[in-house]
Amino acid sequence: MSEAAAMERPAVGGAAETKAAGRHFTVALMGAPNCGKSTLFNGLTGGRARVANYPGATVEMRYGEAALPSGRKVRMVDLPGVYGVNPRSRDEQVAVDLVSGAGGEGRPDLILALIDASTLRTHLHSILQMKRLGAPMIVVLNMMDLARRDGLELDVDLLAKRLGVPTVTAWATRSAGREAVLKALDAALDAPPPVPSVDLTEDLKATQSDARAIAAEAIVRDPTAHKLTRQIDAVVLHPVLGPFILAALLFFVFQAVFSWSAAPMEAIEGAIGAIGEFVRGAMPPTWYRSLIVDGAIAGVGSVVVFLPQILILFAFILALEASGYMARAAFLMDELMMRVGLNGRAFIPLLSSFACAIPGIMAARVISCERDRITTILIAPLMTCSARLPVYSIMIGAFIPASSVGLFNLQGLVLFALYLIGVVSAVTVAFILKRTAARGETQALIMELPTYKAPEAGYFLIGLWTRASAFLKRAGTIILATSIGLWFLAAYPTNASGLRETYAGRLGAVLEPLLKPIGFNLEIAIALVPGMAAREVAISALGTIYAIQNPEENDGALIDALQSAWSLPTALAFLAWFVFAPQCFATLATIRRETNSWRWTGFAFAYLTGLAYAASAVTYWTARAVIG
Amino acid sequence: MTASDVLDAGTPSATRALGDLPKNRRARIVAIHTSDDALEATLREIGFAEGDEVEILHYGPLGRKPLCVRLNETLVALRPTEAAAIRVETIA
Repeated sequence: MSEAAAMERPAVGGAAETKAAGRHFTVALMGAPNCGKSTLFNGLTGGRARVANYPGATVEMRYGEAALPSGRKVRMVDLPGVYGVNPRSRDEQVAVDLVSGAGGEGRPDLILALIDASTLRTHLHSILQMKRLGAPMIVVLNMMDLARRDGLELDVDLLAKRLGVPTVTAWATRSAGREAVLKALDAALDAPPPVPSVDLTEDLKATQSDARAIAAEAIVRDPTAHKLTRQIDAVVLHPVLGPFILAALLFFVFQAVFSWSAAPMEAIEGAIGAIGEFVRGAMPPTWYRSLIVDGAIAGVGSVVVFLPQILILFAFILALEASGYMARAAFLMDELMMRVGLNGRAFIPLLSSFACAIPGIMAARVISCERDRITTILIAPLMTCSARLPVYSIMIGAFIPASSVGLFNLQGLVLFALYLIGVVSAVTVAFILKRTAARGETQALIMELPTYKAPEAGYFLIGLWTRASAFLKRAGTIILATSIGLWFLAAYPTNASGLRETYAGRLGAVLEPLLKPIGFNLEIAIALVPGMAAREVAISALGTIYAIQNPEENDGALIDALQSAWSLPTALAFLAWFVFAPQCFATLATIRRETNSWRWTGFAFAYLTGLAYAASAVTYWTARAVIG
Repeated sequence: MTASDVLDAGTPSATRALGDLPKNRRARIVAIHTSDDALEATLREIGFAEGDEVEILHYGPLGRKPLCVRLNETLVALRPTEAAAIRVETIA
């Protein structure tokens, strides 16, 4: 279908025809990484970008709709950044496939070719390369406000003439800065700019020299170096101070996640307990009262409590990502990662796996060396994701005293240790993999370091809201469904004289012999089954199980139930299990999709489960021997 | 054998690999050549070109790797192995 559509689209009058055919006029945003494509995309589409979840290889493309001043609408596609038109990694492939029509989506009607105006001299050749893609094009000189502030003086008309395509300036963060782009889009709808003539050489060196000549003509005055960026880098990239700042920053994040969240969590816990009590008091003691109070409220409530911790963690990650520091962290870690057998590019995917392994695994697409990419994917689940926070947090809250050790809070230290165990295991596994299953050359690091920018408040809040709503949506869907399902299994048959005789107990008893040697009780065996869906479900499942068992004294706090029902060795073994266990269908599905291999997926599941079992066993028996 | 070797012989300010440039010393790229075509394309696409100004600003904390290089108005991190493909001569 895309072939035919492309044939029917001549350079002039194409817009009218495609509109008549009921097809949306599609505009693709293309340009080097970090030139502001997504910011412009969000600005043009009103921030209502549909973030595509998992539709195959096109996952990193984002679609949205931009309303033009004339009232008409165009479909916008946000693409991964590409330096040229020769893709070297999977994310670049997605972008090049789309604009060349090889992605099966149909070619875009227009390319918005973005370039960071302050890097015009160095990156202009990428615009010349894009002209070869055979689609009408508008060049957008983005971040013009910052470039002007740094002293750039530019003859835009001359540049447009030399490039032979319409050229506009923009600063994507402000609506005033997006006006010229919108006007140009309106004009393109009426009369699309012609497909650029392709009298261009294929030779990159010649293209570069053409681009340098054009830039030399159009640039009246070069911008001066970013003084602030150089000053910050002098400290942050200092060979001694730099690594120390990185370590301190990460440590601070984990301390903050624990200590800043205490008060809001207590408030939410109190509110959930009060809601449960209110419903219990307002309803007759029927089966559906138990379903609502013990199933839905106790189950979902035990997870929703962790919203403050998740928000604090994501706030730090978003701020680090927006600031430009992440690339510096990759720079500092590169040699260390290299010695382990990974490259510095793997550091950002692994760091974002602290939020969630799924975007981390997908972010590994930037690694062009296939072996390095597979290794990174396989170890990403060892990075402690935010879904493990509820598990860690509740166990630490129940079994680790909140005493101080020097300057630090003991609970925060234990949490940091759990994260550290994850990281050390990941490094060890990578080291072994690179020498066995995933042997091969390690890829070179060639990476641009962006100038520092203060995070945009709006963008930051949207990011935070996206994460918070995703978390709450999970609580309202998967967790609510498994809580209700588990409630039925754990509450029936009604003549059961204890948990063991309920349906859930009978199911759990099948797993129990396997888990008993590592210190797990029947309740854990039951909770681990729905916990395969997502890690935090194990906690909501325990919430439901203990709520049904102690209906009278239930005040919504799972911590108290655990304290009286579990021994310390069991609690520690449970923690050790969650450091390693691949208890997340979505992660396994993502590994399957990204590696396109059941073997690697099976391998990931087997090695992580094996590690989890061994770690729990060692923890349980060591703790028992020590405690006596 | 290559353009830079000819330059080496012919000019008083000899060329050297970008990685061998002293820190904070401005230099101009005179040639980019390596037997690895993909590497050359990667270097060119991120922006390295003959005539461009470069300067090493920072080294990584372990073994002075990787390098943080100012390329015109941009900053690029790369390893000495790859930087060896870029021949430079210092600017007075």
